[in-house]
Amino acid sequence: MTFPLETAPNPENLKRVVIEPVSRVEGHGKVTILLDADNKVHQVRLHIVEFRGFEKFIQGRPYWEVPVLVQRLCGICPVSHHLAASKALDIIVGAKQLTPTAEKLRRLMHLGQVLQSHALHFFHLASPDLLLGFGADAAKRNIVGVAAAAPEVARKGVLLRKYGQEIIRHTAGKRVHGTGSVPGGVNKNLTREERAGLLAEIDTIIAWSREAVGIIGKLFADNARLYESFGRFDSNLLGLVRADGALDLYHGGLRATDAQGETIFDHADYQRYYEYIHEEVKPWSYMKFPFIVEKGTEAGWYRVGPLARVAQCDFIPTGLAEAERVAFKAFDGGAALSAPLGYHWARMIEMLHAAEGIEELLLDNDLSGGDLVVRGERRLRGVGVIEAPRGTLVHHYRINEDDQVVSANLIVSTTSNNQAMNEAVRQVARQYLDGRSLTEGLLNHIEVAIRAFDPCLSCATHALGRMPLEVELLDADGGVVDRLYKGVVA
Amino acid sequence: MTKTFRLDGREIPFKEGQTIIEAAAAAGVYIPHLCHHPEFKPHGSCKLCTVNIGGRLGAACTNHAAEGMAVESETEALNADRRALTQMLFVEGNHFCPSCEKSGNCQLQAVAYHLGMMTPHFPHFYPARDIDASHPDVLLERNRCILCELCVRASRDADGKNVFGIGGRGIRARLIVNSASGRLAETNMSVTDRAAEVCPTGAIIRKRHGFTVPIGQRLYDHHDIATQLPLPARRGEGRGEG
Repeated sequence: MTFPLETAPNPENLKRVVIEPVSRVEGHGKVTILLDADNKVHQVRLHIVEFRGFEKFIQGRPYWEVPVLVQRLCGICPVSHHLAASKALDIIVGAKQLTPTAEKLRRLMHLGQVLQSHALHFFHLASPDLLLGFGADAAKRNIVGVAAAAPEVARKGVLLRKYGQEIIRHTAGKRVHGTGSVPGGVNKNLTREERAGLLAEIDTIIAWSREAVGIIGKLFADNARLYESFGRFDSNLLGLVRADGALDLYHGGLRATDAQGETIFDHADYQRYYEYIHEEVKPWSYMKFPFIVEKGTEAGWYRVGPLARVAQCDFIPTGLAEAERVAFKAFDGGAALSAPLGYHWARMIEMLHAAEGIEELLLDNDLSGGDLVVRGERRLRGVGVIEAPRGTLVHHYRINEDDQVVSANLIVSTTSNNQAMNEAVRQVARQYLDGRSLTEGLLNHIEVAIRAFDPCLSCATHALGRMPLEVELLDADGGVVDRLYKGVVA
Repeated sequence: MTKTFRLDGREIPFKEGQTIIEAAAAAGVYIPHLCHHPEFKPHGSCKLCTVNIGGRLGAACTNHAAEGMAVESETEALNADRRALTQMLFVEGNHFCPSCEKSGNCQLQAVAYHLGMMTPHFPHFYPARDIDASHPDVLLERNRCILCELCVRASRDADGKNVFGIGGRGIRARLIVNSASGRLAETNMSVTDRAAEVCPTGAIIRKRHGFTVPIGQRLYDHHDIATQLPLPARRGEGRGEG
């Protein structure tokens, strides 16, 4: 299946513009654009150029090692992989129902993860575009520039993230790559003193999270035309919902709806995710293209993540976030629901929900209980699904009688958003690049669309302040016509 | 009258027949080591406990203490050699601490921290080594084996079973299992054997125990290995069952 602007019919004699690497995202990717002599866009592709191989090299490993091993996929949301793997292994060790202490500690760990990841994305990665302007001076369009222009916003962003990481440290043992979740439960509880220490700051965290929702809501209100139309497209949505239809980031059934809000499937058991979701391979990307089986490759691609979750759920089970969800859905007759920049708004609503949920859990004495692990009848396969900060995350393992992993399949959130991100950059290319001479600021519009999805292309470093973007304009013979650099000249 | 020898300028009392490392440990002085274990006969293979005994180098675990002997251990040169030996142990095997359940309880890791080893320094060998997961309760993870023979000695001398041995020579040396197929499942090894818990690294582990001990409660989370004397007398590290 090929989509409009995915493959130019006659690529000969077209100019090729490359954005590599895409900056202020997690991981390494690039964008290629083919233009004709009049700068009309003929092809746009977001390429994911990393190869990780985790599914292969965990084969043969003892299963209990997996939650700690696979979280090394990522340094930003390792807790998501840690917990998705643990949930799959719960099935394998026969833990049908965790103890209240174990489940609540895992939920707390997860909400800490969501809080810190969403704060990181909004304040560190996205706010330079949103607060300073998509085409602002590249030298200042970073978190340092935000700190200079809006020091309080930057400070609160840093401290929100820090709080989320403290939640993770207390539940997992370390801020990054801890060991707290084990097959069938957790390996530690939280003392009353730890809970009291974390509760002391929660009012501030909730207040700052509300302010963050206010920032993005105001940006939408003040710039409605831009924010609603930027890279806009319709698509199916996918995510977990609780049995009563509520937003639940830790556990639930799969819900998919189409662009009109009609149900494709609902409360589907994710142990059989492969009956609902298949993956397509394309030769120009290391990332697969998942699609909803019932709709096929052409119409079955979908969005996951904050926008999909907040748009799809029937309600959010915490008061402040629920009020914000209602306002978000009502904004301009639902105009934010299909807008890529609506991801930012939904993300901040989820951050507020995470802060409220953390408070609720910290007040629960079950967190200090001593019953940590359950076991039951052993099985040879298990699937774990969780709503990671970036969307639905699937871990599927099979083991042998000797306790070794024999196969694994991971569908990470960003993979599910692959086609959606490609669609967004193509829309932006049509809207902003077509027929115009390229500038760094215009090209950043492409990156703004990608960043809205908060893609985790995994494990690249961020050269803060250096903005390692290089764009080359080549003629039809491959000669360099023009070259643009962001930050330091190579 | 108590007999003594000098270790780094300090008078160390000893009993007749004690090795340098045993007398030092009894006096609360740590000499880095991996293959030494007070319950088992000295092996002298890891060479980490090499000390300067009156001008010549020797293993503190195999040399007996003697009246008036002058021994140097904590010198810059000896610790540099120990660090290099530890680095070689890391690159000869496949030691991935971040995903190893022994992390925090591992003597190899703890010695490396003690010696200030910041990098492996040498190129990794990345040897292809087999895992033996055939036993219902014990996992043999040869990637982490440092050939200290503690399991060989424990199985032979404490368990009376002779389950383990070292086969091959030089860089091809490897831990082998005494059964027709070479698989652990076909031996009479039990998870309660001394050999199942004596490994200083994560080469022999109890199955399904995994990461049951949280970060912060592991042996070396808060204390340097040098302060953990007498070291391997401890049994059943950490808590929890698999």
